[in-house]
Amino acid sequence: MLIDATILFQIAGIGIITALIHTVLKQVGKEDIAQFVSLVGFIIVLVIVIHHLSDLFQQIKSVFLLQGL
Amino acid sequence: MDIIQIVLIGIIASLLYIILKDVQPTFAFVIILITSVLILMLVVKQIGIIIQLLTSLADKATINSFYLETILKIIGIAYITELGANVTKDAGLASVASKVELAGKIFILLLAIPIISAVVEVIINFIPTSGNHFL
Repeated sequence: MLIDATILFQIAGIGIITALIHTVLKQVGKEDIAQFVSLVGFIIVLVIVIHHLSDLFQQIKSVFLLQGL
Repeated sequence: MDIIQIVLIGIIASLLYIILKDVQPTFAFVIILITSVLILMLVVKQIGIIIQLLTSLADKATINSFYLETILKIIGIAYITELGANVTKDAGLASVASKVELAGKIFILLLAIPIISAVVEVIINFIPTSGNHFL
């Protein structure tokens, strides 16, 4: 039973790329666009994480007979 | 060997966390969250097998399935609560984490109410009623 660790690298990669774009845009002088890029990157990562989190919660619910709650 | 994979995932997550901590703290936090979710997901799959064993044992012993169901629900609530409390504590919100733990304890107690009342009923039946035969 293998879990995919690719999602870890995926998130770290998105984070590093976002940090890079943030730094470049800050150097150019577009602070507001840099903040926006940071926000968009975070939202993309959050969508992935929430998908997995709901998967985990569904699994816990089905394993521990928590349908009634 | 699943345990080797879990340990390696933990090490990789720590490395990525250290890399990302200074540049993007929010992403570092997301790394922590997704690592917890991944490892817990694997563990929950294994717990399912153990629970099948437990239910088959309970069937053989003809224990009322209501009790086993309550215990399993309590264990599930404990796991979810601990995940939430630990992630919140890692983010630096210790007070919110303690509130999450409090909520978990309260819900566990709420689930245990039928069992507690059944125990109290049994004890009351043991005690002789106030017939005052000895007075």
